[in-house]
Amino acid sequence: MQSLQSVNEFVIKFANVNGTGSASANNLFAKAIFRMGVPVCPKNIFPSNIQGLPTWYEVRVSERGYLGRRGGVDIMLSVNPQSMPQDIREVEPGGYFIYDNTKPLDLRLVRNDVNIIGLPLTRICNDEYKDPRQRQLFKNVIYVGALAALLDMDFAVLTGLVSDQFKGKDKLILPNIHALELGYQYAKENFACPIGVRVRTADKVGDKVLLDGNTALGLGAIYGGATVAAWYPITPSTSVVDAYEKYAKRLRIDPGTGRKNYAIVQAEDELAAIGMVVGASWNGARAFTATSGPGLSLMAEFLGLAYFAEIPTVLFDVQRAGPSTGMPTRTQQSDILAAAYASHGDTKQVLLFPSTPKECFDFGALSFDLAERLQTPIILMTDLDLGMNDNMSEPLEWDDERRYDRGKVLNAEDLDRMERFGRYLDVDGDGICYRTIPGTHPEKGAFFTRGTSRDEYAVYTERGEEYAKNMQRLLAKWETIKEWVPKPIEQDCGQDTDTAVLYFGTSEESAREALDYLAEDGLRINAMRVRAFPFNRDVEAFLERHERVFVIEQNRDAQLRTLLMAEFELGPDKLKSVLCYDGTPISARNIRQQILQQMPGHNVTPLRRDRLVSAAGE
Amino acid sequence: MSYQIPKFRHPDLPVNELGYTRADYEGAISTLCAGCGHDSISGSIVRACHELNLEPHRIAKLSGIGCSSKAPTYFLGKSHGFNSVHGRMPSVVTGAAMGNRDLLYLGVSGDGDTASIGMGQFAHAIRRNLNMVYIVMNNGCYGLTKGQDSATADEGSASKKGDPNPFSAIDLPGLALQLGATFVARSFSGDKGQLVPLIKAAMSHRGFALIDVVSPCVTFNNNAGSTKSYEFVREHAEATGTVDFVPMREEITAHYAPGTGTEVTLHDGSVLHLEKLDEELDPFDRLSAMVAIEKHRAAGEILTGLIYIDKDSRDLHDVLETSRRPLNTLTEEDLCPGNKVLANINSSLR
Repeated sequence: MQSLQSVNEFVIKFANVNGTGSASANNLFAKAIFRMGVPVCPKNIFPSNIQGLPTWYEVRVSERGYLGRRGGVDIMLSVNPQSMPQDIREVEPGGYFIYDNTKPLDLRLVRNDVNIIGLPLTRICNDEYKDPRQRQLFKNVIYVGALAALLDMDFAVLTGLVSDQFKGKDKLILPNIHALELGYQYAKENFACPIGVRVRTADKVGDKVLLDGNTALGLGAIYGGATVAAWYPITPSTSVVDAYEKYAKRLRIDPGTGRKNYAIVQAEDELAAIGMVVGASWNGARAFTATSGPGLSLMAEFLGLAYFAEIPTVLFDVQRAGPSTGMPTRTQQSDILAAAYASHGDTKQVLLFPSTPKECFDFGALSFDLAERLQTPIILMTDLDLGMNDNMSEPLEWDDERRYDRGKVLNAEDLDRMERFGRYLDVDGDGICYRTIPGTHPEKGAFFTRGTSRDEYAVYTERGEEYAKNMQRLLAKWETIKEWVPKPIEQDCGQDTDTAVLYFGTSEESAREALDYLAEDGLRINAMRVRAFPFNRDVEAFLERHERVFVIEQNRDAQLRTLLMAEFELGPDKLKSVLCYDGTPISARNIRQQILQQMPGHNVTPLRRDRLVSAAGE
Repeated sequence: MSYQIPKFRHPDLPVNELGYTRADYEGAISTLCAGCGHDSISGSIVRACHELNLEPHRIAKLSGIGCSSKAPTYFLGKSHGFNSVHGRMPSVVTGAAMGNRDLLYLGVSGDGDTASIGMGQFAHAIRRNLNMVYIVMNNGCYGLTKGQDSATADEGSASKKGDPNPFSAIDLPGLALQLGATFVARSFSGDKGQLVPLIKAAMSHRGFALIDVVSPCVTFNNNAGSTKSYEFVREHAEATGTVDFVPMREEITAHYAPGTGTEVTLHDGSVLHLEKLDEELDPFDRLSAMVAIEKHRAAGEILTGLIYIDKDSRDLHDVLETSRRPLNTLTEEDLCPGNKVLANINSSLR
């Protein structure tokens, strides 16, 4: 058997039982690689459950800097008998299957084309610890220690991390280091270390940080000046408000009075959560809510009100697999259409598509400026993959000269100078009108905010021409919005080509890697990452320049493609779909395969053996 | 359409301390049916605000959907208004109140808007003791959709169509007490003498103040057989006692016989004088209030007046310990921690 040989380029997957403390041990492993200067991307694949079901943690290690899912597993560390048959099947030929051999491996599972390494984790723990909880927790730390030996990792980095992690709980440091050593020693004494796959200290991480998108969003809301957060708990968005609260407690306490410069209200449901955001924003405070698919459905009515009454509203949608309850702990990009046209009647909503934690922070803060400038809901569309996983990211930055853009708001002096205030009067011709904040002026500027039709002076009317005029103005505003939202990012392949890919959000890393694979296959194509809806003119020009555009997205119905077709009145031939909707992030191999299959005249067998996730999913 | 009331006024109309006449607190001409109870309530709101010397632009009036929710157009024309979505006014007020604690929030709702589609939000606004006045214009039916029974229609009560309502009624004051409301009152749209001081007291209360106002629907629910008709309510209303409201700084001039009343000083310094009629009701005791409501209900009577008050209540801002400066007045200097702090956060993520 040819064993896999690789330095700093591999995929390792941990198969655990949830609720056993494996997450922090696995995180310790990933962070150690990051601290060794090697780019890393861990992904948590977890059940909608608190204790007892299978959970996985997949870590991509790539000195070349590929941070998406590649596809396939080189090393499987399996400590969950429940999922063992599936786990061993996933290992690449020549790869490694590491398991707890306190109980012997079921002979029917044995594969001759993988290296099988047994670590008696349970036995070591039973010998070492009396307390059952300790036996369980340290088992995880012991296998991390063993991996350090097997993969030739820098042991000092691990002990340093443990010391950092338990700072303030110092009496936990030594027992954890001891557990690491137990695993390390066992592996050293019983196997030829290192194995074919290993980690070597590098300098490819630079000043990057390891951060999840939800924390970055929470920080974006802090820096963006949000003072009111209203929300209803829902996976995978909950940690957005958790992060906002964590940092607000630290950074938003008034130094003089000790009182809070923020208010967080846990609402009774998502309808109330978005209603509170609308109310606070109407009153001139920056406010936001965070939710996921089911919450978005419930918020639709208020989103229509905010669109029509033109109330700044910020909503972070951390998408998960739908429809209905779907797979609540698995990722997807499947709320695109529901968000873009949220609510009954003619509505169009502004969407932002970040693809890194840095962009979560930047777009998160930007959402509040855009909402006030454009006086409409801003729906930031992230997903579970970006939101809940640690991603390697550019460090966060803030320009201290930056001022919040409060948009067109009239103060008392402005009103004094005016003859008559018209809330829905398009004075500047850009479709955006001036608004007033309640309580501004004793005599002027008060108006009735309503979801019913009204004239330019906010007076209720059922006259068709007044209604139509207002709807037309909202379309004019839609054109203005295209100039304000983040522009797409193009990547030119440097060669004449009529083929391109277009993607958004978390497909980026895998798409970038797939494009490199395709270049190796001899297929060079251009790429565009879309960062907002409405699409601006650059997107239209890009589509016009190419005969064939593959739209990569993580849903079944090719929702972004539908949006492109609808907005640009394109025929279906031009846009091809590359899809993944099995709840896992799309992989580079999968993208390559789907593109090759759809290329005219191409009939290429994959260069690498792949665990194919076909267009139909698994 | 809404029509403006002519601006011409009698020159001798009395002005309040701010120099405003009562007309300055009025809104557009009502488009509700002639004789609608809701218009009387609007009139009481106008009078209460005028007499309390409130600055109209420091009041925000918010509503949901329905006849009642149209009413805010017809009073306080200088105030910002928000006609939101059906049953969701409490959440909009919650956000608004979080954003600016210094305005007076007046929520206007109906029995459908509150007791059916908006039941959840009503209940949770009470639980949070949101600092607002919540007036239910309660006519027991859906007016705008032509007279269907609502959830507050009494069992056996018949609307204009004639069929008796087969379902039990939701009693909003009783429910509010159970949910922890800190100010609960009920009145009748036709009884301004009682309603005006109740509104004034509610506006001076810190926390959630509910006034359930029985307000007959002249078009669909004012017939014989209805328990929300003018005639029925006049005959069956049982007042807890008389209420007199004395705003802060104003001398108490009315004369009360010793031992007949109770005086309550509210958080803003104003004083409530309660003249007791119902011997068994202690309006400072929640349990006594709940018992009184149920007793009168069992007797087929509608208990009106101030039913319960907790004058030391803590509102949502007190609970959350938010800044005393309204959150909507804070700027970058107060809110944005700056790049240096961010650099430290970056370091913690490596």
